[in-house]
Amino acid sequence: MTAAASAAAGVLALALLPFALSAFHVGVATEILIFALLAMSIDVLAGFAGRTPLCHGAIFGTSTYVVILSAHAIPLPLAMLAGIGAAGLLALLFGVIAVRTSGVYFLLLTLALGLIVWGVCLRWTAVTGGENGVRGDLRQGWLADARALYWLVLAAGTVLAAAMWRLVRSPFGLTLRGIKDSPTRMQALGHDVARHLLLAFVASGLFAGAAGALYALYNDFVSPTTVALPQSVEGLLMAIAGGVGTLFGALAGAALLIGLELFVSAWTERWPTVLGLTAILLMIVAPEGLVGKAGAIMGSRRSTGGIR
Amino acid sequence: MPAAALALHGVSVRFGALRAVDGVSLTLEEGERRAVIGPNGAGKTTLFNAISGAILPSEGRVEIGGRDATRASPQERARRGVGRTFQITNLFPELTVAENMRLALRGRGAAKWFFWRADTLDAHGREAVAAALASARMEGRDAARVRDLSYGEQRQLELAMALVQRPRLLLLDEPAAGLSPVERGLVAAIVRALPRDLSMVLIEHDMDLALGLVDRVTVMHEGRVLVEAAPAEIRGDARVQEVYLGTPHRVLAAAC
Ligand SMILES: Nc1ncnc2c1ncn2[C@@H]1O[C@H](COP(=O)(O)OP(=O)(O)O)[C@@H](O)[C@H]1O
Ligand SMILES: [Mg+2]
Repeated sequence: MTAAASAAAGVLALALLPFALSAFHVGVATEILIFALLAMSIDVLAGFAGRTPLCHGAIFGTSTYVVILSAHAIPLPLAMLAGIGAAGLLALLFGVIAVRTSGVYFLLLTLALGLIVWGVCLRWTAVTGGENGVRGDLRQGWLADARALYWLVLAAGTVLAAAMWRLVRSPFGLTLRGIKDSPTRMQALGHDVARHLLLAFVASGLFAGAAGALYALYNDFVSPTTVALPQSVEGLLMAIAGGVGTLFGALAGAALLIGLELFVSAWTERWPTVLGLTAILLMIVAPEGLVGKAGAIMGSRRSTGGIR
Repeated sequence: MPAAALALHGVSVRFGALRAVDGVSLTLEEGERRAVIGPNGAGKTTLFNAISGAILPSEGRVEIGGRDATRASPQERARRGVGRTFQITNLFPELTVAENMRLALRGRGAAKWFFWRADTLDAHGREAVAAALASARMEGRDAARVRDLSYGEQRQLELAMALVQRPRLLLLDEPAAGLSPVERGLVAAIVRALPRDLSMVLIEHDMDLALGLVDRVTVMHEGRVLVEAAPAEIRGDARVQEVYLGTPHRVLAAAC
């Protein structure tokens, strides 16, 4: 049970982090946790099913919209469930359309589906407020405290990350890895490839939706930027930077990219340029991602166990 | 009389203008072992694809165990007991031998959907995997990654994966292709040791190997059935000799 022990130690270290940080940096750490969850949900598809999606920002942001909008009418916990449910339904719809494709077709199809969501959020002004977005009223009472929110996100994130870990290490997860390697052979063995991918897509969408619901609490504001393509791309880049198929590498990827953005924005406006250069640099020095690279250096196969 | 394990009625598969399989009819009795031989490009693999569902026939009917399966998906046929190996090794190269076997074992069951459990097998499953690996002479290689196996071992794993599914109808597409004489002997021994109630179709170029393993032989040529006969009659058949020997010797060279 050394894996469980090191996971527990990691969570404990993260739980102690706020005592060493300013309230502002606790906020940054909260954002890192939330985006790590988004990147992990992407990795479930990209790293284990071999299907790289570009719509998860839209699924994530749809949940954020639904939470902020519905929280005006219903209690916050219910609003968050509604957000996650909406994300699941959207993922079901996207999945039905996309799971029969693979490779660049899957990438482009999910990109197009994500753009539709962005277009709707931009144009449906009466509900979404269009470009101006919608302000929430969620950070009431104890949630107004940055550290309390951090711990809430950490607790929820731990449960969600454990659930994703369970999923990819289950018989279902092995089936996904088989589909990634050879869908035709999977069919010949009796596996229902399309249905399997659809379920994986919905599961991944629910996790992205949960991340989006936490983001609603954190940001208390949502605009089309939250469902836009760069959101999907950043989530994917975080998964890649951490190491596709490592699942928890997403945390390192999110910390790297969000930390870098914070650092860089102090002296330049050109974050997208820096992001692009960082991505290129990563492809050259650590194409297997930070966690994948660390695993390779230590000569261990564990870290890349996800794809093996 | 029990239903035939497999019945093909005038099955054709067209690729554009090419009739890769052209009006093939055949009946495989329960427990029968059949070889399908013929030169390269005769349509043998395409016929397998039509039986296993990888390709839908342009004409004709496929019955498996007495039930129509012409339009059934590959996964549905697999669940009805059709197992197959591939001429071109089609395994999961990034996974281990044990993982490949688990995917094969679960193909026909419900366990593949379990997402809330660890990826392990119960005692029953472990036994089935061990038995299939043993019949394919692949003991003790569980932890090896498939991409690190020798070519011969990969062919054996193909067989083990087909066997662990306990198929009722087993389709073997050139299981000995590309192997050394010793390895070919091993594959022949594995095939010979298969349970007698298993119905089997074996595609094989090498007549000597094929004829020793089966009850009946179907010879294909240019998509059609040229001859169907007992192994003893095949070697002396003038039409078979013409296909294999008579016409340009290059055909034979290509076939072997
Ligand atoms: N997917 C395909 N598309 C087009 N032509 C094909 C396809 N598969 C096989 N063929 C053609 O069909 C013929 C029969 O091929 P095949 O069934 O592989 O023969 P065999 O297994 O007897 O060597 C060949 O001419 C081959 O080129
Ligand atoms: Mg062939």
